[in-house]
Amino acid sequence: MNGSLAMVPQGVEYIRLLPEIVLSLFGMVIMIADPLLKERRPRTLGAVALLGALLALAATWVQAQYPGFAFWNMVRVDAFSVFFHFVIVGVTAVVILTSFEYMEVEGLRAGEYYGLILFGTVGTSLMSSAVELVLIFLALEISSIATYILAGFRRRAAISSEASLKYFLLGSFATAFFLYGVALMFGATGSTSIQVIGDVLSSFEVPPLAYAGIALMFVGLAFKVAAAPFHIWTPDVYEGAPAPVVGFMSTAPKAAVFAVLLRLMFEAHAPGRIGLIWVVAALSMTLGNLGALVQSNVKRLLAYSSIAHAGYLLVAFAAVPDSGIPAAMFYAASYAAMNVGAFAVVSHFSNAGESYVKLEDYSGLGSSSPLLAAILTVFLLSLIGIPITGGFIAKFYVFSAALQSNMVGLVILGVLNSAVAAYYYLRLIVVMYMREPREEVPVSAVPAGMGVAMALSLAATIYLGVLPGRVLDYAGRAVAEWTR
Amino acid sequence: MNTGLDHWIVTLVTFIPLAGGLLLLVFPRRDRDLRLFALVVSSLDFLLSLHLPAYFEHQPYAGQPGGLVGARVFQYELNLPWIRIPNIHYHVGVDGISAWLVLLTTFLTPLCVLISWKSIAARVKEFFVLLLVLETALIGVFVSLDLFLFYFFWEATLIPMALLIGMYGHGRRVYAALKFFLYTMIASAFMLAAILWLYAKTGTFDFVQIQSAIRNGQVENLTVAAPWLFLGFFVAFAVKVPLFPVHTWLPDAHVEAPTAGSVLLAGVLLKMGTYGMLRFNLGLFPEEARRNASWVMVLALISIIYGALVAMVQPNLKRLIAYSSISHLGLVVLGIFSFTALGLDGAIFQMLAHGISTGALFMLAGILFERRHTYEISEFGGLATPMPIYASFFLFIVLSSLGLPLLNGFVGEFLVLSGAFRDRAVYGILGATGVIWSACYLLWMYQRVFLGKVVHTINDSLPDLSLRERAALWPPAVLAVLMGVVPLVWLKVIDTAVQAALLPLSQIATKGTMP
Repeated sequence: MNGSLAMVPQGVEYIRLLPEIVLSLFGMVIMIADPLLKERRPRTLGAVALLGALLALAATWVQAQYPGFAFWNMVRVDAFSVFFHFVIVGVTAVVILTSFEYMEVEGLRAGEYYGLILFGTVGTSLMSSAVELVLIFLALEISSIATYILAGFRRRAAISSEASLKYFLLGSFATAFFLYGVALMFGATGSTSIQVIGDVLSSFEVPPLAYAGIALMFVGLAFKVAAAPFHIWTPDVYEGAPAPVVGFMSTAPKAAVFAVLLRLMFEAHAPGRIGLIWVVAALSMTLGNLGALVQSNVKRLLAYSSIAHAGYLLVAFAAVPDSGIPAAMFYAASYAAMNVGAFAVVSHFSNAGESYVKLEDYSGLGSSSPLLAAILTVFLLSLIGIPITGGFIAKFYVFSAALQSNMVGLVILGVLNSAVAAYYYLRLIVVMYMREPREEVPVSAVPAGMGVAMALSLAATIYLGVLPGRVLDYAGRAVAEWTR
Repeated sequence: MNTGLDHWIVTLVTFIPLAGGLLLLVFPRRDRDLRLFALVVSSLDFLLSLHLPAYFEHQPYAGQPGGLVGARVFQYELNLPWIRIPNIHYHVGVDGISAWLVLLTTFLTPLCVLISWKSIAARVKEFFVLLLVLETALIGVFVSLDLFLFYFFWEATLIPMALLIGMYGHGRRVYAALKFFLYTMIASAFMLAAILWLYAKTGTFDFVQIQSAIRNGQVENLTVAAPWLFLGFFVAFAVKVPLFPVHTWLPDAHVEAPTAGSVLLAGVLLKMGTYGMLRFNLGLFPEEARRNASWVMVLALISIIYGALVAMVQPNLKRLIAYSSISHLGLVVLGIFSFTALGLDGAIFQMLAHGISTGALFMLAGILFERRHTYEISEFGGLATPMPIYASFFLFIVLSSLGLPLLNGFVGEFLVLSGAFRDRAVYGILGATGVIWSACYLLWMYQRVFLGKVVHTINDSLPDLSLRERAALWPPAVLAVLMGVVPLVWLKVIDTAVQAALLPLSQIATKGTMP
């Protein structure tokens, strides 16, 4: 380090933050342009937001060519972070596409909405490349604050405000836990850099304070991924929040938080990992699935299912890093594809004021709109974990990773859980195909943007199910690069 | 054997129906064209699948009695890497057992198309697409030599079958479809756990590699895990067979399913269970199989006798046939776990014979349902008068099903029972009562439906078989005779595989006698 010059970030370091920069710029452009536009033009703003997301994808590709640290070792671009960037920004693009229709039908102010989605994505994607706990905290807050507001975006619906408030109160509480954990960890190891913490924890005797630090951080993060027993908020928030937003917040921030958890658990050599994961994974799978069994609202059903899926994903954390990390990465990607797709269908079908979100509203969709029903069926089958879909390979990969580490009990629990879970997803399929259509439920034609969003999620789900090789290889390479 | 076709034939046979199904989605519009197209595709697939037994090499063990299993058990193999991590290959191939099961599938599917010609009037396109997709999945189960691939196809059969039942079935079809799906799904979760364990210990999903690793004792902790692995596989297969006491989904599924669904369900899907027992329970864990044989055989005997007794009192024709399936499949399991060449040969032969006779029985029941929209036996009576051709076909198939000598049912039953008798006399004797029971309920049913006077006047005017229906019934009838008269054509190919399957058992036997 030669004095003050080292303090100034180099040009390449900005490239390592390029997707976030692009997204912030576009977010600001939208916020500024919104009041200047004479007429309400939700579609134009949406198109700008989409352009921003696509450029951010391109920026991610550029960024991938320059791996390394940036900004005083707070950001690290490697195959791991690039993988999550692609997932997160890809999800954002699809969510923006699904929002076109929703904004018009609901008559919402588009400027703030798209701006917030882009800002949320900034925080979310930054989380996957941040390797310093304070920066992780900031990124987590950027992403969380955006989603708090987005959750309450249907201002006229009381249920949406309730969702927002609930999410905000409990969420801030959870991030406070995280911050407290960071402080304790700093006290225990003298650093907030994940790498240094890892070095300390792996080479010296683990101080008791570190256990407390990890536990508190884990509470904060487990809240964000809706893992039991920190999942209570999920069904209410998912029910109240706008459907495309739920598609967003159940996938992108979750993937990012899992990325943080992966770094924390494996790179920081978190003590007590196996026991912690065992309990939380087992609880999430079981409580999520049991809760979903009795739901009659599709959004609540998918909320409980997302709790269960967080549990499956956590099973990979109990495995050794070599097989566990790629399994978790693949699971995050495939869950993002299928869940964002499922919520696209839900948001199209729900209509103005989200009137049709009950299970029985889907009666006879198989004959009134065969294509829509078929698409939703594929996503549901993937959520069950039926072959030819990404969900199957993901589960398979996670469970086999856990078995390689001899976590037989956890795997049996997981496998049994996924068998039970089949029931509630099937209920929806059964309702769609084996009941008579209800006259009063209108099924409108799918607009182009929504159609593209569904097609993309569908393609991703099937691709990950039939030819998972490339993605798995990439994830494997990411880990090799990381642990080297 | 080294021509290109030999490598690709299995793949072609497997995926032609799927390709046909996808084409069907986009291509023809009129219902008649749809049916014709499905018929052409499935018939073409049948013709192509004839290649498998026609060019099958019979005695790979010639000249090396008791030699090592390195000889060609599996033929027409194709092994391509599919996914690198986890190490999954697209590995397909057939042996003497699976070749015939593939043929059974391809044989029954065109008949299913024929029999559904008129009875499926609404959502025709979806029906035939599902049927063809189901065919691909079924064939895939039998030809997979990679455990992942096997599980893939195994689960893939569930969706089209459940949809066929749920969308085109009768009365309580939704309940039946869900029950069918959940029973199989939950049971196969145990199999998945076992497969994953094997992968974790061996690093491969390849059946042949895992088998040799187990035989050479290269799998750590196997002695502790083997009983659980055996159970994991066994539970999945026992539900599929179905073996008492996990059989309760079958009568519901059959009664509510459309005719084609029943035909494939009884004809092929149940055989997935017995095939799995043969291939995996016996093939991978011969010692465990031996150890558990006694209680499995007791379950099989209960299935035989219980199934037959319950069939006897059924007022519903389809339910009766469904319970007769439970009874007959119990016989197959009895043969498999007798560990004699006779019993195994018989079990496999009985699988084929049952597929053909019971498939035909369900077609016959469906034909009746098309005319009267009921399966209640009490609604009929004296049908031999208005429908003489139908009655003769029915009688013929009933006779083949109950095991009349010179027809297909006899060969399998005889071999199984003599095998079981050799293993333990009491099993053979108890099993033999099953044959008597089946004669009782089938003939009694025949008497109630066809003989005597026409009780319900509506039955007076029932039309006899149409040309199309006859076209669907002649092939199984002819085959029933052929299999009864020249069973060696089948047994020759079967025996090759059976010898290979028994080989490790004889090794265990010799191991046991050594000091």
